[in-house]
Amino acid sequence: MKIIRQDLERLIKACLIDLSEEEKGVYLEQLNDMLGYVDSLNKLDTDSVEPLVHVLPQHNVFREDKLQPSLDRGLVLANAPEEHEGTFVVPRIV
Amino acid sequence: MQLHVLSLNRINELITKKEISAEELTKAYLEQISRVEDDIKAYVTVNEEEASVRAGIPVAVQDNICTKGVKTTCASNMLANFISPYDAVVVENLRKAGASLIGKCNMDEFAMGNTTEYSAFFRTKNPYLAEAMPGGCGCAAAVAAGEAAFALGSDASGGIRQAAAFCGVFGLKPTYGLVSQYGLITYAPSLDQIGPLTRDMTDLALVLNIICGRDSVDSGKGDADLPDYKKHLVNDVKGLKIGVPIEYLNTVKAPRVAAKIQEAIRKLEELGAVCEEVTMPHAEFALPAHCIISSAEASSNLARYDGVRYGSRVESPDVLNMFKKTRSQGFGEEVKRRIMFGTQVLSTGCYEQYYTKAMKVRTLVKNDFDLAFEKYDCLLTPTVPATAYKTGEKALAMYQSDFCTIPVNMAGLPAMSLPFGMAENLPVGLQLIAGHFNEGMLLRVGYTLEQNTDQTRLRPDISGL
Repeated sequence: MKIIRQDLERLIKACLIDLSEEEKGVYLEQLNDMLGYVDSLNKLDTDSVEPLVHVLPQHNVFREDKLQPSLDRGLVLANAPEEHEGTFVVPRIV
Repeated sequence: MQLHVLSLNRINELITKKEISAEELTKAYLEQISRVEDDIKAYVTVNEEEASVRAGIPVAVQDNICTKGVKTTCASNMLANFISPYDAVVVENLRKAGASLIGKCNMDEFAMGNTTEYSAFFRTKNPYLAEAMPGGCGCAAAVAAGEAAFALGSDASGGIRQAAAFCGVFGLKPTYGLVSQYGLITYAPSLDQIGPLTRDMTDLALVLNIICGRDSVDSGKGDADLPDYKKHLVNDVKGLKIGVPIEYLNTVKAPRVAAKIQEAIRKLEELGAVCEEVTMPHAEFALPAHCIISSAEASSNLARYDGVRYGSRVESPDVLNMFKKTRSQGFGEEVKRRIMFGTQVLSTGCYEQYYTKAMKVRTLVKNDFDLAFEKYDCLLTPTVPATAYKTGEKALAMYQSDFCTIPVNMAGLPAMSLPFGMAENLPVGLQLIAGHFNEGMLLRVGYTLEQNTDQTRLRPDISGL
């Protein structure tokens, strides 16, 4: 398949990525190249094939429902771009 | 005695006999780093402080594996100053076993690439030839250049194995689920595994024993019984059946690389193994299917980088613009491309055609292997169809470079790369692939080759080696 400029606009909105006009042209071409490349899979008939979700039979690993130490609040917040009295600060939302 | 070229096994011996101390060892490595690191640039961070204070066996860790108190950048501007509040389970296990973190290795941004050219910081050089690629991380370069005793890397498309092949060291990607992923900043969790890069086969077994310890936090961890991998270092391949997939062999265009692979096959036959050509008809479809699955997973995984809880932020009074600016400036070109592509193949109207299709192809790729392992104990292929690519060689050649490694990730199998001689002054890598949780078979065949040829002992011609 091929995507057009409108599709790209929709994509970058979904990805929360801004692109300059020039970049849009470049990415549009590259994304179409990639789509063209993966279209080669259409050569394979997979109608009767089950999709592979997990490579190995696995089941959930449960831990005991016991209180455990959580991450150090100071260390976690030290990575925040902005924090205030133990909370993450973001630009005004409402 | 040159301490920074010794194997782990030998280091352990010398430390146990008290002939050397961990302090001397650390000092030797830091000296080698100061001699060669300006030329190699394997590290984003050299952890001189910790290595000196808490001397142990120096390990290099790829910069997408979380290390408490030491920056974990994923070679991205997005995480340029990120300091994890916890250690990855593998790092915890290594520290318990007496290793000390000597540095964090460069990589392509968020591990998307196989050259380190997409690192937001700089490119790592191959110790054998400066203009040649080191693979997708600095781990193998660090081990080959004597800048670390061993390393841990990650492998979602061949990262560990290609770097090992390009730099002439040993690298093993364990079975999906054998080693904890907890603390690995992965872009494609259904494909990724942490594994060791070392200077010989015995060291691979030693490190594997340490890192595959269980943990209670990793959702992707398998239940297989954990053997002592040292027991599999057996010098004997008599009667083993080894399959050689023709589709993989046919990718090799360089005659000298092809000759090395044939030489390895002959050697194994001489030692009593039975080598036969086998066909893996879906091999060529593994690449495009992997491209879809890995990008899809990346687009979802990297949604967390929004400039709120960690990572860089580009300020804006409006929150939506803050998200956009942060992501646009924090991510590099390749990362953005894969996020967009992944979002596209998951979008309404495309999901069935691309994502579901790729998952079906994944089944076919895995079935090829399942069939092969009904008949063969392991498979032998080149790790990469050529020796390390040089700057400017990109495009077509490099796109083929994942051909032999990617199907393994698609099927979650264990595989390793071991050096097997040189071609045009660069190391050649030999790949062995085995069935799920059959790392022991890889160790046995690799060890036998190592013990019976001198092809696996390579050393670059650089200062201090």
